[in-house]
Amino acid sequence: MLDSALSVFKMGRNLARLMEGLGVTLEISCLAVALSIVLGIPIGLLMAGQRPIVKRILRLYLEFIRVMPILVLLFLFYYSLSKIWNINLSAMAVSILVFTLWGAAEMGDLVRAAVTSLPRHQWDSGRALGLTETQVSFYVIIPQAVRRLLPGVINLATRMIKTTPFVFFINLPDLVKVGQQIVEVAGFRNPLASVWVYGFIFIIYFAICYPISLLSRYLERRWPS
Amino acid sequence: MLSGQVVLKIKDLVKNYDQRAVLKGLTLTVSQGEVLVVIGPSGCGKSTLLRCLNGLEPVNGGQIIFEGQYLTDPQTNWSRIRQRVGMVFQNYELFPHLTALENILLGPIKVQNKSREEALAKAEYWLNRVDLWDRRHSFPRQLSGGQKQRVAIVRALAMDPEIMLFDEVTASLDPEMVREVLDVITNLAQEGLTMLIVTHEMAFARAVADRIIFLDDGGIVEDSTPDVFFQNPATERARRFLNIFHYDDIHKPNGSLNLAKNNL
Repeated sequence: MLDSALSVFKMGRNLARLMEGLGVTLEISCLAVALSIVLGIPIGLLMAGQRPIVKRILRLYLEFIRVMPILVLLFLFYYSLSKIWNINLSAMAVSILVFTLWGAAEMGDLVRAAVTSLPRHQWDSGRALGLTETQVSFYVIIPQAVRRLLPGVINLATRMIKTTPFVFFINLPDLVKVGQQIVEVAGFRNPLASVWVYGFIFIIYFAICYPISLLSRYLERRWPS
Repeated sequence: MLSGQVVLKIKDLVKNYDQRAVLKGLTLTVSQGEVLVVIGPSGCGKSTLLRCLNGLEPVNGGQIIFEGQYLTDPQTNWSRIRQRVGMVFQNYELFPHLTALENILLGPIKVQNKSREEALAKAEYWLNRVDLWDRRHSFPRQLSGGQKQRVAIVRALAMDPEIMLFDEVTASLDPEMVREVLDVITNLAQEGLTMLIVTHEMAFARAVADRIIFLDDGGIVEDSTPDVFFQNPATERARRFLNIFHYDDIHKPNGSLNLAKNNL
Protein backbone atom coordinates (compact mmCIF):
# COMPACT_ATOMS: atom_id res chain seq x y z
CA MET A 1 0.00 0.00 0.00
CA LEU A 2 2.59 2.48 1.12
CA ASP A 3 4.83 1.42 -1.75
CA SER A 4 2.03 2.08 -4.18
CA ALA A 5 1.55 5.55 -2.73
CA LEU A 6 5.24 6.40 -2.65
CA SER A 7 5.82 5.16 -6.17
CA VAL A 8 3.39 7.73 -7.56
CA PHE A 9 5.19 10.61 -5.93
CA LYS A 10 8.68 9.24 -6.67
CA MET A 11 7.96 8.71 -10.35
CA GLY A 12 9.78 11.27 -12.49
CA ARG A 13 9.44 14.81 -11.09
CA ASN A 14 5.93 14.18 -9.83
CA LEU A 15 6.39 15.56 -6.33
CA ALA A 16 8.29 18.59 -7.62
CA ARG A 17 5.56 19.22 -10.21
CA LEU A 18 2.87 19.03 -7.55
CA MET A 19 4.82 21.57 -5.53
CA GLU A 20 5.07 23.84 -8.55
CA GLY A 21 1.31 23.49 -8.99
CA LEU A 22 0.87 24.42 -5.34
CA GLY A 23 3.08 27.44 -6.03
CA VAL A 24 0.70 28.57 -8.79
CA THR A 25 -2.31 28.09 -6.52
CA LEU A 26 -0.67 30.02 -3.70
CA GLU A 27 0.54 32.82 -5.97
CA ILE A 28 -2.94 33.44 -7.38
CA SER A 29 -4.60 33.10 -3.97
CA CYS A 30 -2.22 35.31 -2.01
CA LEU A 31 -1.96 38.07 -4.60
CA ALA A 32 -5.68 38.12 -5.38
CA VAL A 33 -6.73 38.06 -1.71
CA ALA A 34 -4.23 40.79 -0.78
CA LEU A 35 -5.24 43.01 -3.73
CA SER A 36 -8.92 42.42 -3.01
CA ILE A 37 -8.53 43.60 0.58
CA VAL A 38 -6.53 46.67 -0.43
CA LEU A 39 -8.95 47.66 -3.21
CA GLY A 40 -12.09 46.54 -1.38
CA ILE A 41 -11.67 48.97 1.53
CA PRO A 42 -11.94 52.19 -0.55
CA ILE A 43 -14.65 50.57 -2.69
CA GLY A 44 -16.64 49.71 0.43
CA LEU A 45 -16.21 53.18 1.92
CA LEU A 46 -17.47 54.69 -1.35
CA MET A 47 -20.40 52.24 -1.33
CA ALA A 48 -21.29 53.45 2.17
CA GLY A 49 -20.73 57.08 1.16
CA GLN A 50 -23.02 59.92 0.17
CA ARG A 51 -22.60 60.08 -3.61
CA PRO A 52 -25.55 58.33 -5.29
CA ILE A 53 -23.96 58.01 -8.75
CA VAL A 54 -20.76 56.44 -7.40
CA LYS A 55 -22.87 54.11 -5.28
CA ARG A 56 -24.99 53.02 -8.25
CA ILE A 57 -21.94 52.32 -10.43
CA LEU A 58 -20.29 50.24 -7.70
CA ARG A 59 -23.55 48.39 -7.04
CA LEU A 60 -23.73 47.53 -10.75
CA TYR A 61 -20.13 46.30 -10.67
CA LEU A 62 -20.86 44.10 -7.65
CA GLU A 63 -24.03 42.61 -9.17
CA PHE A 64 -22.26 42.00 -12.49
CA ILE A 65 -19.44 40.10 -10.78
CA ARG A 66 -21.90 38.15 -8.62
CA VAL A 67 -24.09 36.89 -11.46
CA MET A 68 -21.15 35.96 -13.73
CA PRO A 69 -19.65 32.50 -13.22
CA ILE A 70 -15.92 32.86 -12.52
CA LEU A 71 -15.22 30.51 -15.39
CA VAL A 72 -16.97 32.82 -17.86
CA LEU A 73 -14.95 35.77 -16.57
CA LEU A 74 -11.73 33.80 -17.02
CA PHE A 75 -12.66 32.86 -20.61
CA LEU A 76 -13.79 36.40 -21.32
CA PHE A 77 -10.51 37.95 -20.26
CA TYR A 78 -8.22 35.20 -21.59
CA TYR A 79 -9.73 34.54 -25.01
CA SER A 80 -11.83 37.60 -25.86
CA LEU A 81 -9.55 40.47 -24.85
CA SER A 82 -6.92 39.42 -27.33
CA LYS A 83 -9.51 39.16 -30.11
CA ILE A 84 -11.12 42.53 -29.50
CA TRP A 85 -8.31 44.80 -28.35
CA ASN A 86 -5.32 42.69 -29.16
CA ILE A 87 -4.31 42.60 -25.51
CA ASN A 88 -2.42 39.44 -24.67
CA LEU A 89 -2.28 38.74 -20.98
CA SER A 90 -0.62 35.64 -19.61
CA ALA A 91 -2.88 33.05 -18.03
CA MET A 92 -1.41 33.98 -14.65
CA ALA A 93 -2.15 37.67 -15.13
CA VAL A 94 -5.72 36.94 -16.25
CA SER A 95 -6.25 34.68 -13.24
CA ILE A 96 -5.04 37.28 -10.77
CA LEU A 97 -7.05 39.99 -12.53
CA VAL A 98 -10.30 38.00 -12.50
CA PHE A 99 -9.94 36.81 -8.94
CA THR A 100 -9.13 40.35 -7.81
CA LEU A 101 -12.15 41.76 -9.65
CA TRP A 102 -14.31 39.24 -7.84
CA GLY A 103 -12.64 39.61 -4.44
CA ALA A 104 -12.59 43.41 -4.49
CA ALA A 105 -16.32 43.53 -5.25
CA GLU A 106 -17.18 41.12 -2.43
CA MET A 107 -14.73 42.79 -0.05
CA GLY A 108 -16.27 46.16 -0.89
CA ASP A 109 -19.69 44.85 0.04
CA LEU A 110 -18.35 43.47 3.33
CA VAL A 111 -16.75 46.82 4.20
CA ARG A 112 -19.97 48.64 3.28
CA ALA A 113 -22.00 46.35 5.52
CA ALA A 114 -19.54 46.67 8.43
CA VAL A 115 -19.44 50.46 8.29
CA THR A 116 -23.18 51.03 7.86
CA SER A 117 -24.09 48.51 10.58
CA LEU A 118 -22.37 50.60 13.27
CA PRO A 119 -24.97 52.66 15.12
CA ARG A 120 -24.79 56.41 14.50
CA HIS A 121 -24.80 56.87 18.27
CA GLN A 122 -21.24 55.61 18.49
CA TRP A 123 -20.24 58.76 16.59
CA ASP A 124 -22.27 60.96 18.97
CA SER A 125 -20.83 59.23 21.98
CA GLY A 126 -17.26 59.80 20.79
CA ARG A 127 -17.94 63.41 19.78
CA ALA A 128 -19.58 64.16 23.13
CA LEU A 129 -16.27 63.28 24.81
CA GLY A 130 -14.50 65.91 22.75
CA LEU A 131 -12.88 63.50 20.30
CA THR A 132 -12.35 65.02 16.86
CA GLU A 133 -13.89 63.33 13.80
CA THR A 134 -10.54 61.70 12.97
CA GLN A 135 -10.14 60.47 16.54
CA VAL A 136 -13.65 59.00 16.55
CA SER A 137 -12.89 57.15 13.30
CA PHE A 138 -9.55 55.93 14.58
CA TYR A 139 -10.40 54.90 18.15
CA VAL A 140 -14.10 54.07 17.94
CA ILE A 141 -15.39 53.29 14.43
CA ILE A 142 -12.51 51.50 12.67
CA PRO A 143 -11.68 49.06 15.51
CA GLN A 144 -15.33 48.01 15.64
CA ALA A 145 -15.68 47.81 11.84
CA VAL A 146 -12.58 45.61 11.60
CA ARG A 147 -14.01 43.22 14.20
CA ARG A 148 -17.25 42.96 12.25
CA LEU A 149 -15.32 42.55 9.01
CA LEU A 150 -12.94 39.75 9.96
CA PRO A 151 -15.24 36.70 9.80
CA GLY A 152 -16.51 37.78 6.38
CA VAL A 153 -13.03 38.47 5.04
CA ILE A 154 -11.76 35.09 6.18
CA ASN A 155 -14.75 33.39 4.63
CA LEU A 156 -14.12 35.24 1.37
CA ALA A 157 -10.41 34.30 1.39
CA THR A 158 -11.16 30.57 1.77
CA ARG A 159 -13.80 30.77 -0.96
CA MET A 160 -11.28 32.40 -3.28
CA ILE A 161 -8.60 29.80 -2.52
CA LYS A 162 -11.06 26.98 -3.13
CA THR A 163 -12.10 28.46 -6.47
CA THR A 164 -8.57 28.76 -7.91
CA PRO A 165 -8.67 25.30 -9.63
CA PHE A 166 -10.86 26.94 -12.30
CA VAL A 167 -7.68 28.46 -13.74
CA PHE A 168 -6.85 25.13 -15.34
CA PHE A 169 -9.54 25.89 -17.92
CA ILE A 170 -7.23 28.59 -19.25
CA ASN A 171 -4.30 26.16 -19.20
CA LEU A 172 -2.63 27.30 -16.02
CA PRO A 173 -1.12 24.25 -14.29
CA ASP A 174 -2.29 24.76 -10.73
CA LEU A 175 -2.18 22.05 -8.06
CA VAL A 176 -5.34 20.28 -9.22
CA LYS A 177 -4.38 20.38 -12.93
CA VAL A 178 -0.91 18.94 -12.20
CA GLY A 179 -2.50 16.24 -10.07
CA GLN A 180 -4.85 15.32 -12.90
CA GLN A 181 -1.95 15.06 -15.37
CA ILE A 182 -0.01 12.81 -12.99
CA VAL A 183 -3.00 10.56 -12.44
CA GLU A 184 -3.51 10.24 -16.21
CA VAL A 185 0.06 8.96 -16.69
CA ALA A 186 0.56 6.96 -13.50
CA GLY A 187 -2.93 5.47 -13.57
CA PHE A 188 -1.95 2.97 -16.27
CA ARG A 189 0.41 1.12 -13.98
CA ASN A 190 -0.99 2.09 -10.58
CA PRO A 191 -4.77 1.85 -10.22
CA LEU A 192 -4.66 3.63 -6.85
CA ALA A 193 -2.79 6.67 -8.21
CA SER A 194 -5.90 8.85 -8.20
CA VAL A 195 -6.53 8.05 -4.54
CA TRP A 196 -3.01 9.05 -3.52
CA VAL A 197 -2.75 12.17 -5.65
CA TYR A 198 -6.18 13.61 -4.93
CA GLY A 199 -5.84 12.57 -1.29
CA PHE A 200 -2.61 14.53 -1.17
CA ILE A 201 -4.31 17.55 -2.77
CA PHE A 202 -7.17 17.28 -0.29
CA ILE A 203 -4.71 17.36 2.60
CA ILE A 204 -2.95 20.42 1.16
CA TYR A 205 -6.18 22.40 0.69
CA PHE A 206 -7.24 21.35 4.17
CA ALA A 207 -3.88 22.48 5.58
CA ILE A 208 -4.31 25.89 3.95
CA CYS A 209 -7.98 26.55 4.66
CA TYR A 210 -8.57 24.89 8.03
CA PRO A 211 -6.19 27.14 10.02
CA ILE A 212 -7.85 30.19 8.41
CA SER A 213 -11.23 28.85 9.46
CA LEU A 214 -9.95 28.19 13.00
CA LEU A 215 -8.60 31.73 13.20
CA SER A 216 -12.01 33.06 12.20
CA ARG A 217 -13.77 31.05 14.89
CA TYR A 218 -11.22 32.15 17.48
CA LEU A 219 -11.69 35.83 16.58
CA GLU A 220 -15.47 35.54 16.60
CA ARG A 221 -15.30 34.16 20.12
CA ARG A 222 -12.87 36.84 21.31
CA TRP A 223 -14.71 39.74 19.73
CA PRO A 224 -18.45 39.14 19.76
CA SER A 225 -20.16 42.13 18.18
CA MET B 1 -26.83 76.46 47.17
CA LEU B 2 -26.83 78.79 44.20
CA SER B 3 -23.90 81.08 43.77
CA GLY B 4 -25.90 82.95 41.17
CA GLN B 5 -23.17 83.14 38.55
CA VAL B 6 -24.61 82.43 35.11
CA VAL B 7 -23.02 79.44 33.39
CA LEU B 8 -25.31 78.98 30.43
CA LYS B 9 -27.61 81.34 28.63
CA ILE B 10 -29.96 80.24 25.88
CA LYS B 11 -31.72 82.95 23.87
CA ASP B 12 -34.55 82.37 21.37
CA LEU B 13 -33.15 78.99 20.38
CA VAL B 14 -34.69 77.62 17.17
CA LYS B 15 -34.18 74.13 15.86
CA ASN B 16 -35.92 72.55 12.85
CA TYR B 17 -35.84 69.01 11.56
CA ASP B 18 -36.50 69.30 7.84
CA GLN B 19 -39.53 71.62 7.81
CA ARG B 20 -40.77 70.81 11.32
CA ALA B 21 -39.90 73.22 14.13
CA VAL B 22 -38.78 71.32 17.24
CA LEU B 23 -37.57 74.23 19.35
CA LYS B 24 -39.46 77.45 18.73
CA GLY B 25 -37.49 80.26 20.31
CA LEU B 26 -36.52 78.84 23.68
CA THR B 27 -34.96 81.08 26.31
CA LEU B 28 -33.34 79.78 29.50
CA THR B 29 -30.62 80.75 31.96
CA VAL B 30 -28.70 78.28 34.11
CA SER B 31 -26.62 79.34 37.11
CA GLN B 32 -23.58 77.73 38.66
CA GLY B 33 -24.51 74.68 40.76
CA GLU B 34 -28.10 74.61 39.62
CA VAL B 35 -29.90 71.33 38.93
CA LEU B 36 -32.50 71.76 36.21
CA VAL B 37 -34.87 68.93 35.45
CA VAL B 38 -36.50 69.17 32.05
CA ILE B 39 -39.77 67.29 31.70
CA GLY B 40 -42.51 67.19 29.13
CA PRO B 41 -44.37 64.90 26.74
CA SER B 42 -42.35 62.89 24.24
CA GLY B 43 -41.46 64.85 21.12
CA CYS B 44 -41.55 68.16 22.96
CA GLY B 45 -37.87 68.83 22.19
CA LYS B 46 -36.24 67.87 25.52
CA SER B 47 -33.52 65.68 24.06
CA THR B 48 -33.02 68.03 21.13
CA LEU B 49 -32.39 70.87 23.56
CA LEU B 50 -29.59 68.91 25.28
CA ARG B 51 -28.09 67.84 21.95
CA CYS B 52 -27.96 71.44 20.76
CA LEU B 53 -26.01 72.45 23.86
CA ASN B 54 -22.97 70.33 22.97
CA GLY B 55 -23.25 70.72 19.21
CA LEU B 56 -24.52 67.25 18.36
CA GLU B 57 -27.37 69.05 16.57
CA PRO B 58 -26.71 72.24 14.60
CA VAL B 59 -29.14 75.00 15.57
CA ASN B 60 -31.19 77.11 13.16
CA GLY B 61 -31.51 80.31 15.14
CA GLY B 62 -30.97 82.09 18.44
CA GLN B 63 -27.94 82.02 20.70
CA ILE B 64 -26.29 79.69 23.19
CA ILE B 65 -23.76 81.38 25.46
CA PHE B 66 -21.64 79.08 27.64
CA GLU B 67 -19.28 80.80 30.09
CA GLY B 68 -19.37 83.93 27.94
CA GLN B 69 -18.63 82.06 24.72
CA TYR B 70 -21.10 82.06 21.83
CA LEU B 71 -21.62 78.40 20.85
CA THR B 72 -23.83 79.50 17.97
CA ASP B 73 -20.75 80.99 16.31
CA PRO B 74 -19.96 78.72 13.33
CA GLN B 75 -16.25 78.91 14.25
CA THR B 76 -16.89 77.16 17.57
CA ASN B 77 -14.25 74.58 18.43
CA TRP B 78 -16.64 71.87 19.59
CA SER B 79 -13.91 69.53 20.73
CA ARG B 80 -12.89 72.13 23.35
CA ILE B 81 -16.47 72.84 24.43
CA ARG B 82 -17.43 69.18 24.73
CA GLN B 83 -14.58 68.57 27.15
CA ARG B 84 -16.35 70.97 29.50
CA VAL B 85 -19.90 69.76 28.81
CA GLY B 86 -20.39 66.13 29.84
CA MET B 87 -23.22 64.11 28.33
CA VAL B 88 -24.81 60.79 29.25
CA PHE B 89 -27.18 59.07 26.82
CA GLN B 90 -30.28 56.93 27.21
CA ASN B 91 -28.62 53.81 25.75
CA TYR B 92 -25.26 54.23 27.54
CA GLU B 93 -23.35 54.27 24.23
CA LEU B 94 -20.24 52.78 25.76
CA PHE B 95 -17.63 51.67 23.24
CA PRO B 96 -18.23 47.89 23.07
CA HIS B 97 -14.68 47.01 22.03
CA LEU B 98 -13.12 48.64 25.10
CA THR B 99 -13.26 47.63 28.75
CA ALA B 100 -15.05 49.85 31.26
CA LEU B 101 -11.72 51.36 32.30
CA GLU B 102 -10.53 51.96 28.73
CA ASN B 103 -13.87 53.62 27.95
CA ILE B 104 -13.19 56.04 30.78
CA LEU B 105 -9.51 56.66 29.97
CA LEU B 106 -10.02 57.37 26.26
CA GLY B 107 -11.17 60.98 26.65
CA PRO B 108 -8.68 62.17 29.28
CA ILE B 109 -5.71 60.56 27.49
CA LYS B 110 -6.55 61.24 23.83
CA VAL B 111 -8.46 64.51 24.12
CA GLN B 112 -6.97 66.18 27.20
CA ASN B 113 -3.49 64.65 26.70
CA LYS B 114 -3.27 63.58 30.33
CA SER B 115 -0.74 60.99 31.41
CA ARG B 116 -2.09 57.48 31.91
CA GLU B 117 -1.27 57.65 35.65
CA GLU B 118 -3.18 60.86 36.14
CA ALA B 119 -6.18 59.63 34.16
CA LEU B 120 -6.08 56.30 36.00
CA ALA B 121 -6.09 57.98 39.40
CA LYS B 122 -9.20 59.94 38.46
CA ALA B 123 -10.89 56.88 36.98
CA GLU B 124 -10.15 54.93 40.16
CA TYR B 125 -11.65 57.67 42.31
CA TRP B 126 -14.88 57.83 40.32
CA LEU B 127 -15.23 54.08 39.78
CA ASN B 128 -14.90 53.56 43.52
CA ARG B 129 -17.59 56.12 44.12
CA VAL B 130 -20.03 54.24 41.89
CA ASP B 131 -18.91 50.85 43.30
CA LEU B 132 -17.50 49.56 40.03
CA TRP B 133 -13.72 49.63 40.53
CA ASP B 134 -13.60 45.81 40.70
CA ARG B 135 -15.51 45.60 37.39
CA ARG B 136 -13.06 47.91 35.58
CA HIS B 137 -11.73 45.19 33.28
CA SER B 138 -15.21 44.04 32.20
CA PHE B 139 -16.43 44.73 28.70
CA PRO B 140 -19.75 46.56 28.37
CA ARG B 141 -21.52 43.35 27.27
CA GLN B 142 -20.54 41.77 30.60
CA LEU B 143 -22.20 44.53 32.65
CA SER B 144 -25.84 45.04 33.57
CA GLY B 145 -27.72 48.05 32.25
CA GLY B 146 -27.35 49.93 35.52
CA GLN B 147 -23.63 49.19 35.67
CA LYS B 148 -23.16 50.31 32.06
CA GLN B 149 -24.95 53.56 32.78
CA ARG B 150 -22.81 54.19 35.87
CA VAL B 151 -19.68 53.60 33.75
CA ALA B 152 -21.06 56.04 31.16
CA ILE B 153 -21.55 58.65 33.91
CA VAL B 154 -17.99 58.12 35.13
CA ARG B 155 -16.71 58.39 31.55
CA ALA B 156 -18.29 61.83 31.29
CA LEU B 157 -17.14 62.91 34.78
CA ALA B 158 -13.54 61.85 34.10
CA MET B 159 -13.25 64.87 31.80
CA ASP B 160 -13.94 67.26 34.71
CA PRO B 161 -16.95 68.85 33.02
CA GLU B 162 -18.37 72.14 34.26
CA ILE B 163 -21.87 71.07 33.38
CA MET B 164 -23.49 67.66 32.88
CA LEU B 165 -26.32 66.78 30.50
CA PHE B 166 -28.36 63.65 31.31
CA ASP B 167 -30.61 62.52 28.48
CA GLU B 168 -33.25 60.11 29.85
CA VAL B 169 -30.50 58.03 31.40
CA THR B 170 -32.85 55.59 33.15
CA ALA B 171 -35.37 55.14 30.33
CA SER B 172 -33.80 51.87 29.11
CA LEU B 173 -33.24 50.39 32.56
CA ASP B 174 -35.15 47.74 34.47
CA PRO B 175 -36.89 49.29 37.50
CA GLU B 176 -34.52 47.77 40.06
CA MET B 177 -31.55 49.35 38.28
CA VAL B 178 -33.05 52.80 38.03
CA ARG B 179 -32.33 53.48 41.67
CA GLU B 180 -28.60 52.79 41.56
CA VAL B 181 -28.19 55.24 38.68
CA LEU B 182 -30.37 57.95 40.17
CA ASP B 183 -28.51 57.69 43.49
CA VAL B 184 -25.28 58.52 41.68
CA ILE B 185 -26.86 61.58 40.08
CA THR B 186 -28.40 62.73 43.37
CA ASN B 187 -24.98 62.45 44.93
CA LEU B 188 -23.48 64.70 42.26
CA ALA B 189 -26.27 67.22 42.73
CA GLN B 190 -25.45 67.48 46.43
CA GLU B 191 -21.86 68.32 45.52
CA GLY B 192 -23.00 71.30 43.51
CA LEU B 193 -22.35 70.10 39.98
CA THR B 194 -24.39 72.07 37.44
CA MET B 195 -26.74 69.67 35.66
CA LEU B 196 -29.48 69.55 33.07
CA ILE B 197 -31.51 66.38 33.46
CA VAL B 198 -34.16 65.10 31.08
CA THR B 199 -36.19 62.40 32.81
CA HIS B 200 -39.58 60.72 33.15
CA GLU B 201 -38.92 59.74 36.78
CA MET B 202 -41.20 62.26 38.50
CA ALA B 203 -40.34 61.31 42.09
CA PHE B 204 -36.66 61.67 41.28
CA ALA B 205 -37.26 64.97 39.49
CA ARG B 206 -39.03 66.34 42.51
CA ALA B 207 -36.24 65.22 44.85
CA VAL B 208 -33.22 66.33 42.88
CA ALA B 209 -34.33 69.49 41.05
CA ASP B 210 -33.72 73.07 42.02
CA ARG B 211 -35.90 74.07 39.09
CA ILE B 212 -38.38 72.20 36.95
CA ILE B 213 -38.58 73.22 33.31
CA PHE B 214 -41.80 71.98 31.70
CA LEU B 215 -41.41 71.86 27.94
CA ASP B 216 -44.22 71.42 25.46
CA ASP B 217 -44.41 72.02 21.74
CA GLY B 218 -40.89 73.42 21.48
CA GLY B 219 -41.14 76.02 24.20
CA ILE B 220 -40.96 76.44 27.97
CA VAL B 221 -44.47 76.31 29.44
CA GLU B 222 -43.47 76.42 33.11
CA ASP B 223 -40.28 77.26 34.94
CA SER B 224 -40.73 76.85 38.68
CA THR B 225 -39.58 75.08 41.82
CA PRO B 226 -40.46 71.38 42.20
CA ASP B 227 -42.88 72.01 45.05
CA VAL B 228 -44.88 74.56 43.10
CA PHE B 229 -44.81 72.55 39.90
CA PHE B 230 -45.91 69.24 41.36
CA GLN B 231 -48.45 70.57 43.87
CA ASN B 232 -49.84 73.51 42.07
CA PRO B 233 -48.89 73.74 38.40
CA ALA B 234 -49.78 77.09 36.86
CA THR B 235 -50.94 75.83 33.50
CA GLU B 236 -53.60 73.44 32.32
CA ARG B 237 -51.08 71.70 30.07
CA ALA B 238 -48.78 70.86 32.97
CA ARG B 239 -51.75 69.59 35.00
CA ARG B 240 -52.82 67.33 32.14
CA PHE B 241 -49.25 66.04 31.82
CA LEU B 242 -48.93 65.29 35.54
CA ASN B 243 -52.24 63.43 35.49
CA ILE B 244 -50.64 60.81 33.23
CA PHE B 245 -48.62 59.69 36.23
CA HIS B 246 -51.61 59.55 38.54
CA TYR B 247 -53.85 56.51 38.84
CA ASP B 248 -57.24 56.49 40.51
CA ASP B 249 -57.93 53.65 42.92
CA ILE B 250 -60.40 51.34 41.17
CA HIS B 251 -61.11 49.15 44.20
CA LYS B 252 -64.55 50.02 45.48
CA PRO B 253 -65.08 49.65 49.25
CA ASN B 254 -67.83 46.97 48.99
CA GLY B 255 -66.98 45.58 45.57
CA SER B 256 -65.16 42.57 44.27
CA LEU B 257 -62.76 42.44 47.22
CA ASN B 258 -65.58 41.06 49.36
CA LEU B 259 -65.89 38.07 47.07
CA ALA B 260 -62.40 37.06 47.97
CA LYS B 261 -63.24 37.36 51.65
CA ASN B 262 -66.30 35.14 51.28
CA ASN B 263 -64.23 32.41 49.77
CA LEU B 264 -61.98 32.16 52.78
